[in-house]
Amino acid sequence: MAKIKIDGREIDVAPETSLLQACEAAGAEVPRFCFHERLSVAGNCRMCLVEVKGGPPKPQASCAMAVRDLRPGPNGEPPEVFTTTPMVKRAREGVMEFLLINHPLDCPICDQGGECDLQDQAMAYGVDTSRFAENKRAVEDKDIGPLVKTVMTRCIQCTRCVRFTAEVAGTADMGLISRGEDVEITTYLETAMASEMQGNVVDLCPVGALTSKPYEFTARPWELAKTESIDVMDGLGSNIRVDARGREVLRILPRLNEDVNEEWISDKTRHVVDGLKVQRLDRPYVRVAGRLKPASWSEALGAVADRIGANPKKTAVIVGDFATAEELYAVKSLADALGIVDIDARSDGSKIDPAWGRGAYRFNATIAGIEEADALLVVGSNPRLEAPVLNARIRKRWRKGGFPIGVIGEEADLLWAYNHLGDGPTGLARLASGENGFLEVLKAAKKPLILVGNGVTTRPDGAAVLAEVAKLAVAVGAVGDDWNGFSVLHTSANRVAALDLGVVPGAGGRSTDEILAATRKGEIDTLILVGADEIDTSGLKDRFVVYLGTHGDKGASAASVILPGAAYTEKSGIFVNTEGRVQLADRAVFPPGEAREDWAILRALSALAGATLPFDSLSELRAKLAAADPAFAEIDTVAAGTSEDVIRLAGLSAGQTDGRPFVGVIADFHLTNPIARASKTMATCSRLRAGQLAAAAE
Amino acid sequence: MSVRRLAPAEVQPASFAFSPENEAWAATVIAKFPAGKQASAVIPFLMRAQEQEGWVSKAAIEAIAARLGMKLIRVLEVATFYTQFQLAPVGKVAHIQVCGTTPCMLAGSEAIIKVCKKRIAAHAHELSADGKFSWEEVECLGACVNAPMVAVDRDTYEDLTPESFAAILDAFERGETPKPGPQNGRVGSEPIGGATVLTDPGLDDGSFRINIVTAAAAQPKNG
Repeated sequence: MAKIKIDGREIDVAPETSLLQACEAAGAEVPRFCFHERLSVAGNCRMCLVEVKGGPPKPQASCAMAVRDLRPGPNGEPPEVFTTTPMVKRAREGVMEFLLINHPLDCPICDQGGECDLQDQAMAYGVDTSRFAENKRAVEDKDIGPLVKTVMTRCIQCTRCVRFTAEVAGTADMGLISRGEDVEITTYLETAMASEMQGNVVDLCPVGALTSKPYEFTARPWELAKTESIDVMDGLGSNIRVDARGREVLRILPRLNEDVNEEWISDKTRHVVDGLKVQRLDRPYVRVAGRLKPASWSEALGAVADRIGANPKKTAVIVGDFATAEELYAVKSLADALGIVDIDARSDGSKIDPAWGRGAYRFNATIAGIEEADALLVVGSNPRLEAPVLNARIRKRWRKGGFPIGVIGEEADLLWAYNHLGDGPTGLARLASGENGFLEVLKAAKKPLILVGNGVTTRPDGAAVLAEVAKLAVAVGAVGDDWNGFSVLHTSANRVAALDLGVVPGAGGRSTDEILAATRKGEIDTLILVGADEIDTSGLKDRFVVYLGTHGDKGASAASVILPGAAYTEKSGIFVNTEGRVQLADRAVFPPGEAREDWAILRALSALAGATLPFDSLSELRAKLAAADPAFAEIDTVAAGTSEDVIRLAGLSAGQTDGRPFVGVIADFHLTNPIARASKTMATCSRLRAGQLAAAAE
Repeated sequence: MSVRRLAPAEVQPASFAFSPENEAWAATVIAKFPAGKQASAVIPFLMRAQEQEGWVSKAAIEAIAARLGMKLIRVLEVATFYTQFQLAPVGKVAHIQVCGTTPCMLAGSEAIIKVCKKRIAAHAHELSADGKFSWEEVECLGACVNAPMVAVDRDTYEDLTPESFAAILDAFERGETPKPGPQNGRVGSEPIGGATVLTDPGLDDGSFRINIVTAAAAQPKNG
């Protein structure tokens, strides 16, 4: 540790700490544009100038100078940094004046207005007049894709976006071309950015050069009600902030959580908002003579209750990916009360059985734990599409070096280098036999990470393959007391909660595929879909299907009765991410029209079906949930599984594996759920991606 | 300087490949750098591509990016940063780089530029009507004592007047390569009317009297 005095206050910091970080540690605020904690140091904006004693006698860029670069005084006094002296203020004012020379000052028509670093810092270091009488420079705007709007004249060349795409996102889309006063930020000949995380450059941009295209001219930040919530687009549970005005969600921004998403979110998370407004089910419907007719709540619920009441044993329930833990608990309680055994929340056909124990289906290494791992094996997963932010974490670890990666499954551009070890279970067997040498790599690693994706768990032989992977994990020493590297990456936002709560077929019950087949055959009278759209709905139209959900998508079009529910921004609920972290989402807006929160619909239905659920409010429901499983009361902690579960899974005899290769579970990254399919922005991105893929294939 | 963009699509060639000699040279350049650091060869590659084709085309940028395992934007950054890389076709016979920095300007480079505008094209980087010539104004070429001067490829023509410069253009027009160096008869940067100091022959046995310009011209062009 090195001693340094900041504005007269002596602190102890690591010698490699930058002066800027040392100042922050000492509580002295330093303005900056180009510096960002998660990106490399560029040192080109010069806004973070400080005065130093023990270094060069001129203003120093504090982001680019380390504490150890300063020398102590003649009698060993610690070096000193001043952030408030007149020299510092004058120097920063000079920098600000230069930055503003070519900045258009069009704040009134700039989307960044009100949340602009340049605007804020100009309040502290700007002067009220300009000494610059020449013409300002103007820069042509660039078309860099459907998500990021550019007004390049506003750019101050901090290069945060360039460093982000090169370092974090890994696609290296953006660059700084030309030189001197002609420099421009652009993509290669204005091609669209290819990253699934490109929206983050909007947050990074300290000025209004890069702003959100779908959000342009929509609102001012001070008009928005900000609600802390949890994303449901993938299994990561990214922490988000939902900005709403009135009843409308206008945008979604990331929230800082070092353990989950750091400060990034994927484009689907960010830009799915317009999907929340269209294709919404805003009133109940009942199918009369083949056509869906608007109905009242009592008619719709009555029709469903009558049908269930007639023969509860011939009722089945499939729960989709967006159900909160409270809803899962309510559905499970209702099914138990009515004696329904045909219930499944694994609507993607996953073969995971909660009886294996929690460790068998969690991302045991934890998301932050990826950075501790020293070898990685990916089996049947494409993390770039299944969880782009988690993939960025893998890339972050990979960039530090000493991180051999093997992939078994589809060969795709994952934005980090890997050894492709096979396509399917045979590749796994070859690896386990030590044929290709990667087994030794995993064995030599202290903290090997075995990442298993839905490409494995949703196969017909998923259980058997998963057991094989667990066996391998145990064999290479990935599963122990202080490190459990067996990690399942779910794509569904709340799958872990569903499995924890046992929302799977009861004794003698049918799983998702069996329920659908039985419904088609007429063996099941009533099929209740709780937000389940990612299923094969063919042949269901003639059956009695109840759809409780938000969007007029596959499930709703097959339904006989539609019960309009609340989307994830319209309800408070608990989501458990793939690592088992229990997170609470708050309600940002109310559901549209007559739509109600799903738990309340289930409660009303239970009363009519003669099996009244024992709660009358969400807080009572939550108390019941916490009583059933205390882990759900521990918000923002990981309800961890144990390594014994993995060892038990490794010993499981789940039949034979077949030789078919693992296939990706995400065909189109931008259209994986009803909300995304309703979104115009996502549709544009999807079309663009399809075009890019076609062009690349040529 | 002005905003540098790639040439319009209609003048861009469909593909680029190094000639066999340049290909052999490229292998030796890549071998200079440790494995994984091939991107270091980007500037020599771009320069050699320009020497081969006269300018750096989009196809050349993309071929070099693929060859060095670089992202396209990274090569574009380099190609647009250095003004020595011509991003549009240049004259087939000669691309005239006129020094316009202060000493040349004081010694009459504006008159030279006027000749360029009249004889070649109205604006810098424009091809002459016959496609043989193009010109641009560049910063200091480093022979201020021989101002004004122009550079063509690796040769410099110094101590120019509008007339002697026009003669040089004429020579190029005829397919000749004019003799590089001062065009007013002096040798190197020696005084025009002969030496005015150190005139005592006893001080000089003649052994160091080498014509620098012709000695350099006699040497093979370096790689």
